[in-house]
Amino acid sequence: MDVLPTVWFIAISVLWIGYLLLEGFDLGVGMHMLFSAKNDTQRRVMLNTIGPVWDGNEVWLITAGAATFAAFPFWYASLFSALYLPLLFVLLGLIFRAVAIEYRGKGHTDRWRRNWDLALGLGSLVSAFGVGAALGLTTTGLPLNENGDRVGGAFAWLTPYAVLGGLAVVGFCLVHAATFLALKSDGTVRVFANKFFLRWAPILLLPIVAWVLVVQFQSGKLYTLAIVVVAVVAIVWAYVNARAGREGRAFAGTAIFLVAGAASIFANVFPVVLPSTLDPAFDLTVSNASSGDYTLGVMTWVAAFALPLILAYQSWTYWVFRKRVSDHHIPEAHLIVPAIRK
Amino acid sequence: MDPVEIARWQFGITTVYHFWLVPLTLGLGPLVALMQTMWVRTGKERYLRMTKFWGKLYLINFILGVATGLVQEFQFGMAWSEYSRFVGDVFGAPLAMEGLLAFFFESTFLGLWIFGWTKLPKKIHLACLWIAVAGSIASAYFILVANSWMQHPVGVELVDGRPVMNDIFAVLTNNTAISAFTHSISGAIAVGGAFLLGIAWYHLWRRRKDGIDTVDADKRVIVGEAPEIGGRDKEDFKVWITSLRIGAVVAILGFGAVAITGDLQGKLMFEQQPLKMAAAEAACQDGTSFSVLSIGDLGSSDCNDVVGLIEIPGLLSFLAHGDFDTEVQGVNTLVPQYQEAYGTNIPDEAIYGERAGSEINYVPIMEVTYWGFRLMIGFGGLAAFAAVVALWITRKGTVPESKWIQRLAILGILAPFAANSAGWIFTEMGRQPFSVVPNPTPSGVDGVFMFTAASVSPGVGAGEMLFSLITLTLVYGALLVVEVKLLTKYVRGGVVSAMPEIAHRSDNDDHSDDDTTGSGDKTRATRSGDDVLSFAY
Repeated sequence: MDVLPTVWFIAISVLWIGYLLLEGFDLGVGMHMLFSAKNDTQRRVMLNTIGPVWDGNEVWLITAGAATFAAFPFWYASLFSALYLPLLFVLLGLIFRAVAIEYRGKGHTDRWRRNWDLALGLGSLVSAFGVGAALGLTTTGLPLNENGDRVGGAFAWLTPYAVLGGLAVVGFCLVHAATFLALKSDGTVRVFANKFFLRWAPILLLPIVAWVLVVQFQSGKLYTLAIVVVAVVAIVWAYVNARAGREGRAFAGTAIFLVAGAASIFANVFPVVLPSTLDPAFDLTVSNASSGDYTLGVMTWVAAFALPLILAYQSWTYWVFRKRVSDHHIPEAHLIVPAIRK
Repeated sequence: MDPVEIARWQFGITTVYHFWLVPLTLGLGPLVALMQTMWVRTGKERYLRMTKFWGKLYLINFILGVATGLVQEFQFGMAWSEYSRFVGDVFGAPLAMEGLLAFFFESTFLGLWIFGWTKLPKKIHLACLWIAVAGSIASAYFILVANSWMQHPVGVELVDGRPVMNDIFAVLTNNTAISAFTHSISGAIAVGGAFLLGIAWYHLWRRRKDGIDTVDADKRVIVGEAPEIGGRDKEDFKVWITSLRIGAVVAILGFGAVAITGDLQGKLMFEQQPLKMAAAEAACQDGTSFSVLSIGDLGSSDCNDVVGLIEIPGLLSFLAHGDFDTEVQGVNTLVPQYQEAYGTNIPDEAIYGERAGSEINYVPIMEVTYWGFRLMIGFGGLAAFAAVVALWITRKGTVPESKWIQRLAILGILAPFAANSAGWIFTEMGRQPFSVVPNPTPSGVDGVFMFTAASVSPGVGAGEMLFSLITLTLVYGALLVVEVKLLTKYVRGGVVSAMPEIAHRSDNDDHSDDDTTGSGDKTRATRSGDDVLSFAY
């Protein structure tokens, strides 16, 4: 039994789940800016619900990537090189998104704001889809040869599973962002977000449910079935609570749904971290893709120290900014003009 | 096309670009934190204004550094998968530590600082900025630990042909990492200083040009104010003269530290990567003289027609060994040693693709190493000299009316950036043909080195890489234009661009007591219960 590699498989699962849970609503809010808001004030309300936290949330992705590099270099190398193009688009999406959040309020023409809104919305959409595709393929497999390199050209990754994974994360982000906005905003955005969740959640969550079930049928274990049941109960509970207007519980419901659903997927694929669709002998597993015990031991100490601390101070951030954001909180934009005598 | 060449161009372009943004983040961050500390301690208005103004520019720049940093982490796996497989056991650890121990702090606490102005007690709010700044510096340390391991691999043993870490403390205290870290941080501090200096100069000049400030017969400044221009009051003058002096002093100190740490690093490099340093000197033969100017075909591989035009006897030995007469080995002496130790030809293996079996050229491109080294020192020295001159010129309290000197001051902002880029291009291209340079000192382990030609992803085609190279270059180029435009706009706006409330302050002073609704005065509105956001996107 590979104890440390298993610990690190769990740690990386936790990082990915943390990322989907937290940046899930950031990405969803970004997408909602594209079509859900009616005017600029609503867009700014939406943006400011994630304003203080989105950057910290994105670090979960950076750390998930780096931790994979440190703990499972062969997994990292094979996955990232095989998904060269989709990850390029994830990066471009995240670049545009980050810059748009910071820069959209710093110009004053409608065109400036519209363009950055587009960058923010599409950037969020593309990165959510790309991350979903990457995670989908991590659980369903890529055409890898014995060295772990992709064969079949630049688009060999483009399979129905990639699309399913992509749609799953996009759909989840939209739904999760709706419960988040309902909890974190007031006024028109809150009303809209509640309606959106009740109307669209059953449809938008179909792909992620399908993904969970595909993995469950492919490599399911008895105990993971229990986790899947938890996920299903959580989302039904979220829906019931949203109908009753209990927004906090609705958000908790979508959060538990994601944690349980993703956990079932990771638990099911274990101990394979990246299956090869060409030959099971080429599968990357917890034991053949990992770093040595010394490195994993060092990283375990670091993570054991850092992760609780991160959870503590990120939770504190959410506490500091716990107030709902409403239309009347949004300050008027001010023009930036040169301080010169004309 | 050769995927290795494309992947190298991509890594080079994205890294140099990333390291235009990062030094400003690293250099400006501590300065903004210092300003806010001064405000919290003294309560003086000027420090609050400085914090807000420089903090705004800091954030405009910060975000692009974050966004492009992701590319850095991802492209090891995307474009350099063989490298990642080879080094992952040791190289991934500092990257993961950066995330867990530095970047989480930096991003989370910066969010708290940006949005927390009215939500947190003053001192806790200040502490958030210091934690974020400390996070960014720790982040630089971990990244440089990773990079320095490529320059000088330590703390590993060879298991099945791969380096496997056996001593994390050796990796974290690698002397290459310590010197690269102190050198880079000093360089970033110099960037921050020159940035303050150039922009503060512009505003002092602007105040003189607009006739707000004048000078008396002794050329001493007479500070005035212009109520019709938002924020151009007497306090505004203090903001800029204080910023200018802090900037100049910091730039000088930063450069002093750069010189000292650079000297230490140079001495290490003569030990650890002698061929890189010989190439930096274009020194074909052994010798003791430092070349100020050499001519001839620097790119020639037989290294015989480079002629030193101006040389300083003994200086090279001093730089390398601390005395004036120990010979420093030249390229022609070193290449046979490398060939004996690491082979004359690239092994005939599949991972080398078309390059399998070809001859190895151990000499880095000498035009790049020679000029990179000199431009680094030249631009750095220029920036420090300019800072000294600036302090002298402004000793009587303001800047001259000359538009040309003002332009030079703005241009001076670029000098430390150029020095940083030149230094990194020198150090990274001087490492070729290796991605992991063999460690020739006693801490080295035989077989722990890797050729760049073997590092690239075997499964990724040239087409994909070319597409990403072009896309990233275009996007980066466009974003640079946007960033510079935004920075310019906020700089021209002066303090008011970051503190709109001070534009109205003089109006409110006239009827301050009857303004009970608080509608005209945001500083008052923010103290009430359900106020507007003190910061909003």
